[in-house]
Amino acid sequence: MRFIFKTGYRQDIDIFKHDGQRFWYGLLVIAALVAPLFLDTFYLGELALVGIYAIAGIGLMLLVGYTGLVSLGHAAFLAIGGYAHAILMTSGLPFPISLILASALCAFIGAIVGLPAMRMTGIYLAIATLAFAFIVEHTIAHLEPLTGGFRGMPVPRPTLLGFDMGATIPFYYICLLLLTTSVVGALNLLRGPTGRAMISIRDSEISAQSIGINLARTKSVAFAISAGFTGLAGGLFAHNLGYLSPDAFTILTSIQLLLMVVVGGLGSLHGVIFGAIFIVLLPQGLAILRDWLPPSVGQLPGLEPGLFGLILVLFLIYEPLGIYGRWRKIRDFFETFPLYRKATHKRQRSYLRTERVR
Amino acid sequence: MEVLQLLISGISLGCVYGLIALGFVLIYKATEMVNFAQGDIMMLGAFIAYTYMNVLGIPFLWGVPATIATMAVFGVLIERIALRRMIGEPPFAVLMITIGLGFIFRAAAGAIWGNEPKSIASPLTGGVLRVGELTVGYENIAVIAGTAILCAALYAFFRFTRLGIAMQATSQNQLAAFYVGIPVKRIFSIVWALSAAIAAVAGILVAPVSLIDPTIGFIGIKAFAAAIVGGFGSLPGAIVGGLIVGIAEQFAGLYGPAGSADVSAYVLLLLMLFVRPEGIFATIQRKKV
Repeated sequence: MRFIFKTGYRQDIDIFKHDGQRFWYGLLVIAALVAPLFLDTFYLGELALVGIYAIAGIGLMLLVGYTGLVSLGHAAFLAIGGYAHAILMTSGLPFPISLILASALCAFIGAIVGLPAMRMTGIYLAIATLAFAFIVEHTIAHLEPLTGGFRGMPVPRPTLLGFDMGATIPFYYICLLLLTTSVVGALNLLRGPTGRAMISIRDSEISAQSIGINLARTKSVAFAISAGFTGLAGGLFAHNLGYLSPDAFTILTSIQLLLMVVVGGLGSLHGVIFGAIFIVLLPQGLAILRDWLPPSVGQLPGLEPGLFGLILVLFLIYEPLGIYGRWRKIRDFFETFPLYRKATHKRQRSYLRTERVR
Repeated sequence: MEVLQLLISGISLGCVYGLIALGFVLIYKATEMVNFAQGDIMMLGAFIAYTYMNVLGIPFLWGVPATIATMAVFGVLIERIALRRMIGEPPFAVLMITIGLGFIFRAAAGAIWGNEPKSIASPLTGGVLRVGELTVGYENIAVIAGTAILCAALYAFFRFTRLGIAMQATSQNQLAAFYVGIPVKRIFSIVWALSAAIAAVAGILVAPVSLIDPTIGFIGIKAFAAAIVGGFGSLPGAIVGGLIVGIAEQFAGLYGPAGSADVSAYVLLLLMLFVRPEGIFATIQRKKV
């Protein structure tokens, strides 16, 4: 068990709580940097995909895990980011500028979509974002001159200062760089006033409001930031796909993103990374499972979404804090051995009262 | 005449949305949970009706109550297995669970009944009522009439029976309801049975009109739009919202640009959330601090 003796106020908001963390995260960064020396291109591609999902997941986590607002339509931001980036690059803008613009566009649209969030509680917002996602999907499909409709549109290869960045290794480094930037950005956001306001809204809107937090502003800022991150991931995702079509951004994608943050662990950035790894590994695991299962079961077309659903349900019932929550329990068990008590992590239940009058 | 014809098909479609929306509202009203799998439960209901009538050869009149009973039991099972454990958990978790259940149901239906569209023949199939230039299929009339009867029955149930009032009390304050001696858990089971039974009715009414396949559950999302337009938590609101969405969809399909029929429900929903978020029949008051 480690006790941190705090000698200054700044220690409360330090990114690294102690030297152990500095060491391990430093090691992780080094491992990620030298990974291309040891891994072959398939695994590097998968790692880049983990990075992309993780960036989108950070966006969603800031919204769902830290502000307590549920979005069922984040695939829409992924789609807008991807299409905007592809269209801007086709019109001749350089890769980094186009990526930033696509992300900014998403943030702007996110702020607008977040408007109903100011007045509405969770369920309504979830539905509003779901409706928004459907509208975006259909608009993309019917906006042929710009997006190519159902035929789809090709994504130009990313270039930086004349170099082709589309190959696996440079693309991996781009994803890694952007992921690291996003993680640090999110960490800084969360220890600053905006992030703390977001967390207080999640914990209790009433008490947040009574200590002077502007609910409407904070919620729409949270929405904008979340959409911005997801849009950034969308731009990268477009390069990963190579060819955009509306059926890459359906409700299933939105649910997949939510599955990622739930399985990873709500309310932690570690959870995002765990969730992203899980999401990328799942299809591979499924491919192995398919060979192993009898063909009558293994070849069912709906197996993957069904399995998604099953995993989601099992996690929510048995481990609502996800992989990260489980990891914390295991760590606490060893840190406090032999004094670990199960009740430490017992969840508090709250009984609902409605605001309905009739 | 064209307008009237559209109006009637819109109403018939709207009744289907309204019926599914009723299922949503019912569960929401009694348990404060939002059941995203309602559309998929309706899909299962339609498939079970198909199995009873077309595969096992049970006559239509016996097949209907058998389907409803099966789905009611199924509703209780869902509640006991998955949602009973979620009492007291945050609403978000419950919402996600029902989404997950929806995916499982869809995959299961695809595995059991296959992904090819199926149809059920009811005694009314093919019959057409002609009034002047209007032609209305008997099935559409059945949908409208079935919805009206069900609504009246539900209204009476919630207004006059002990059980209905107990359900309302449970939804308004779980803890207080428990203190005054209402068996909250049993109420939850009954509500799920009721809601699944309504979904089964919706499924039986829909099946003869449109083909059934595992993805028809997605119209549940449009029904959701209907429930919100009507004011979530209000039974008449669910039907009125369903009618509005259904009619809007028919008219958008004819007069709007390509693809607008598919999104009209969602556009309507977003507009409603911007203009009057509490819906037509408001049941919530905004919280003031």
